[in-house]
Amino acid sequence: MTRRRGLMWIAQHALAIALALMFLGPVVLVALTALMTDEQALTSRLWPEQWNWANFGDVFARSELLTWTVNTFVYASLATLFMLVSSVPAAYALARFRFRGRKLAFLVVISAMMLPPQVVAVPIYLVWARLDLTDSLWPLILPMLFGDAFSIFLLRQFLITIPRDYTDAARVDGCSDVRILFTVILPMARPAIAAVALFSFFYCWNDYYGPLLYAGVDQEGWTLSLGLATFKAFHSVQWNLTMAATLLVTAPVIIVFLFAQRVFIEGVTLTGVKG
Amino acid sequence: MMVSPRVAPAPRRWRGEGGRALLWLSPWIVGVAVFFVYPLLSTVYFSFHRYDLFTLEFIGLDNYRYAFSDARVLQSALNTLWLVVFMVPAQVLFALGVAQLLTKLKSGGGLLRTIFYLPSLVPMVAGTVAFVYLLNPATGPVNQLLARFGITGPDWFGSAAWAKPSLTLLALWGAGNAIMIFLAALLDVPKHLYEAAAIDGAGAWRQFRSVTLPVISPVLMFSAVTGVIYAVQYFTQAMIASRVASGATDSAGTTFTPGYPDGSLLTLPQHLFHTGFRDWSMGLASVHALLLFVVAMLFTLVLLRQFSRAEVVS
Repeated sequence: MTRRRGLMWIAQHALAIALALMFLGPVVLVALTALMTDEQALTSRLWPEQWNWANFGDVFARSELLTWTVNTFVYASLATLFMLVSSVPAAYALARFRFRGRKLAFLVVISAMMLPPQVVAVPIYLVWARLDLTDSLWPLILPMLFGDAFSIFLLRQFLITIPRDYTDAARVDGCSDVRILFTVILPMARPAIAAVALFSFFYCWNDYYGPLLYAGVDQEGWTLSLGLATFKAFHSVQWNLTMAATLLVTAPVIIVFLFAQRVFIEGVTLTGVKG
Repeated sequence: MMVSPRVAPAPRRWRGEGGRALLWLSPWIVGVAVFFVYPLLSTVYFSFHRYDLFTLEFIGLDNYRYAFSDARVLQSALNTLWLVVFMVPAQVLFALGVAQLLTKLKSGGGLLRTIFYLPSLVPMVAGTVAFVYLLNPATGPVNQLLARFGITGPDWFGSAAWAKPSLTLLALWGAGNAIMIFLAALLDVPKHLYEAAAIDGAGAWRQFRSVTLPVISPVLMFSAVTGVIYAVQYFTQAMIASRVASGATDSAGTTFTPGYPDGSLLTLPQHLFHTGFRDWSMGLASVHALLLFVVAMLFTLVLLRQFSRAEVVS
């Protein structure tokens, strides 16, 4: 029995290590390529013969990476801020107020969440074109002032778990809805709000479809994902630079994650929605 | 984890919250009207018209006739179906397997968790560009490593047969979210159930089937349905893979043939995008949009049924 258990232990750990190598492999190979010289990146040798750290500098020098980073940061920050301002009150209302149509409202939230963005793209694009806001990222930022279905859904799921007694007590003390929200709900919902904010920020940081639709052809107005998508086209034989750019685009996300790991994992399990 | 809300009859002082709810929800209601209801109705309107941003002309059902005889619509629908039938189940099963393995490990679990989760954070564009490079048929590291073992690797993103499986590999690599969700669900299964099953002489597989699966099936179902809805919207990875693998050198996507190789990566949302925003056939794109809407809503209904069974909607 113990021998069998020992064998199981070995098999399980061997499998886990093999899997871990498969998950890490792509990152390692990309990093190695990013450090190769132009010539070596086209050969079959996988280990850099010369560690070309200058590639990272070259990426900045040869593309608008810095501008794209700033654009992406502005887009993601503003969109997240606007999302919070609009979605927290909506989620609060859906979780706390009793009113006719409450169930319907929540069904609309779920439907909106599940709606592929491409379905409604044509008419919305035409509206922004009429307002002369295409060729900018505003069509992606401004709608966040009117609530984001996914965020409302997640926040509402969290807010309904806060026992009613807390808000009831505050209500008896004569607190207004706004005060209850700020002094009772928000402090308790901090993990959920942090998770939703991070999700929103990451969504925008990674978003390709939105900027592709609205950012226009001028590189000055692009985001990182747009820039990276065409990077290879401009530096067609230089896989090493393309891989260096790929790492540079990914690095901020990973760094943020390592600092906010707990928020993330809690948030992810929140999306799992246990029945 | 979520607890189902307790629905108590509203006490007297809670009556008449409709007005306040309306006030609090008003920005979102405006949002729903402007970004959800209006564009849906408007899409129906445009689908009966020819519209290229300059002239609007009523053409009845012509867009519909054209769309349903368009080979690329059929092809993109079949590609989307492929993703639903193969990619989503592969991802769910893979994530479940990895999560199950993680629960068994006595040591190193924390580090492995981070390793498995991190790739899911890599921006979609970055991950796809990296995979197109890694799986490059000629000089890509994967085929070179395979060659060292005497295996001739496939053409991956360069062949119509291997392009979608290559994207599936990318999806497995990025399955960290699902792994974490399943892991949380598996750890939630009460220990004593396993002990009871073990006393009854149930083996590992039997325990999984009779204890684990029933407890985690709502989470599994939720994950599968959201996976399907995500597959229906699948756009970025397919588009980037086509662009980079085809070696397209344009910047705005005007001359590039979508779906490279041989339309094998053309998904419904992509076809819509190119029709509407590259060829500027807004009317025809509206028909594609409605088709996409019907497909997405079908799966959303499945999800809603699942939700109401799990009492998420109350």
